[in-house]
Amino acid sequence: MSLARLLSDKRAMILSNWCDAMLDSYPQDTSNFLRKNDNRFANPVGHTIRDSFEHIVDSLLQGSGPEASRVFLDNIIRVRAVQDFSPSQAVSFIFVLKKVIRDVVLQDKTAAVPPEELVSLDESIDALALLSFEIYMQCREKLYDIKANEVKNMTFRLLQKAQKMGIDSSEDVCPSEDVVNIKQEEVTK
Amino acid sequence: MAKVTTPKPAELAEALEYTTPKTEWMDTPTVIKPGTFCWGAKGKNLGIVEFPNARDWTPTEEDWKLPENWQEIFFKGMKDLLGKYRSFKVFMDICVRCGACADKCHFFIGSGDPKNMPVLRAELLRSVYRNDFTMAGKILGKIAGARPLTIDVLKELWYYFYQCTECRRCSLFCPYGIDTAEITMMGRELLNLFGLNTDWISGPVANCYMKGNHLGLEPHAIMNSIEGMVDDIETITGLRISPSFNRKGAEILFVTPSGDLFADPGTYTCMGYMMLFHELGLDYTWSTYASEGGNFGFFTSNEMAKRLNSKIYAEAKRLGVKYIIGGECGHMWRVITQYMDTWNGPADFLEVPVSPITGTRFENSKSTKMIHVAEFTADLIKNNKLKLDPSRNDNLILTYHDSCNTARGMGLMDEPRYIINNVCNNFHEMPENTIREQTFCCGSGTGLNASENMELRMRGGLPRANAVKFVREKHGVNMLANICAIDRATLSASMDYWVPGVGVTGVHELVANALIMKGEKERETNMRGDPLPGKEGN
Repeated sequence: MSLARLLSDKRAMILSNWCDAMLDSYPQDTSNFLRKNDNRFANPVGHTIRDSFEHIVDSLLQGSGPEASRVFLDNIIRVRAVQDFSPSQAVSFIFVLKKVIRDVVLQDKTAAVPPEELVSLDESIDALALLSFEIYMQCREKLYDIKANEVKNMTFRLLQKAQKMGIDSSEDVCPSEDVVNIKQEEVTK
Repeated sequence: MAKVTTPKPAELAEALEYTTPKTEWMDTPTVIKPGTFCWGAKGKNLGIVEFPNARDWTPTEEDWKLPENWQEIFFKGMKDLLGKYRSFKVFMDICVRCGACADKCHFFIGSGDPKNMPVLRAELLRSVYRNDFTMAGKILGKIAGARPLTIDVLKELWYYFYQCTECRRCSLFCPYGIDTAEITMMGRELLNLFGLNTDWISGPVANCYMKGNHLGLEPHAIMNSIEGMVDDIETITGLRISPSFNRKGAEILFVTPSGDLFADPGTYTCMGYMMLFHELGLDYTWSTYASEGGNFGFFTSNEMAKRLNSKIYAEAKRLGVKYIIGGECGHMWRVITQYMDTWNGPADFLEVPVSPITGTRFENSKSTKMIHVAEFTADLIKNNKLKLDPSRNDNLILTYHDSCNTARGMGLMDEPRYIINNVCNNFHEMPENTIREQTFCCGSGTGLNASENMELRMRGGLPRANAVKFVREKHGVNMLANICAIDRATLSASMDYWVPGVGVTGVHELVANALIMKGEKERETNMRGDPLPGKEGN
């Protein structure tokens, strides 16, 4: 049996096992909540995980390439990038998918999946993993941008006023990125 | 040569352990992590307002520089609070841990940290209460849910009481009506007994105490800022308006959060107030002394909040005004509506607010003598006193975020919507379980709107942003309106991270855009200087 056919048959089990593994990365009280409440506004994290996993698995089965999963990976990683996870923990869920799929394949003794198809699947998941690193970094960089922008916003009117009064009219009214970054470092010391 | 075996991917995956330890909460140590807390208070700021144990301290250092008898101080403080507030005693005793509140907190929903469940956050303090104030706790200890107050427990209390925005969403779902926000208030009050405050809160408190506003702006800076806005208004409308400052005998004192004076997009809202009052010919004055509507003292102790609140009324008395109008602010209104009257009220020297334009008497404010500018404006529109052109806001597709304080703290939910629907043509509500009484917090209230705790703010902001994202995808919403200065500042950051493309505005900025003023020139731009719809090519 081809891997694609087998995975298509076992889609529900793969999704369920993958979600379980993901939710187990949260404390037990939390994972119970994330599992049980299916209102997308009362439980945005649980809903995002379930919904995005479905899209990612379907893209994988259809061989759509990693870009088709970008928005769904982003939905999940954007959340995990601000939660109590290290960078490796935040994106680990994508590697877990390999194990989840292998377990399902091995369970079915009758399915003789050609090894090259498994290798190809691994390559597809690796591509998703690389994309995940990119997204994680984008999220973290965005956080630092936001911090810098808040400092800019707080001082913008003052600098504008200073310029009008001719205190330093040669300078741009908006502080340069470097100045803001230096200020930010001073603040965080 | 030894044979090197490369582990298979499945073996590698099996060796990975991503699950957290499954220990009971009391046995799970709290680790203070960067991104989730604000810097410790500075000694000089604590000293200015005579808070105890004024010294510089750093939360990540082992030594928090506490007095030797800090436990004694804590227990004496707790005993005092239990005696003073019957509600605190009741809240400590009656929770049956049903869990109705557990999943209602934006910080729990966004962080997944069980100690952010309101029930568990309160339990952090209840466990200490049981240990030293109840017979069962004294005898049975941990079996009765009690634990001794150690330095690690104290640090845990500090960490989590500064991860609650006192938004009171959880209390809405409690069958006993336990107000977890008040438990946080009590917790913070106890922590302040030995100077465990944050820099982001204690700085503004000291500034407000000394200079009348959180930013520490002196009178000339306030006047300068407002005059700058007068210039901008003239550029946009062609009208030169003349606000007055500290004018004795004015009918109305106007007070707004100082954030409106300097930080965009609050400044556009501030210009909106000024244009509206000018158009009405309102007899009002600014004060450069009572120059802060917000009250960060409310995030430290009851006494400090009372002291900062009193200056508004002292100034109203000094100037001899009849009543006070307050700007778009959140916690300012919780303070006025729920606490002012028993701190510094009733304000008998003032008159019950009566709109000089419509004659409407605001009976709801007959004791505090202070009305929200949204009530005032909604009444004007209801009585057809304003000429409005909502098409000037046609580039905006709006939704409205209820500030926790104005919604749950004072019930102001319909007036802002009424105004928006009269000054804009495109308005869409967010889902029912995320608005009005059930509104989700911005995630940065109660003095948590610093930059160093940005991860925490984003976690707390997730449920609100998630609902905004929904209406953006469904209706193309591009602007989030609100009536709170902290919302205006912090939702901008939250939108930037979670829902890029959605801006943030105060309601009176929208009013200013739509307001047709007597003698104005043909407007080309909105308050932000962007071309009005249909004028893009000019």
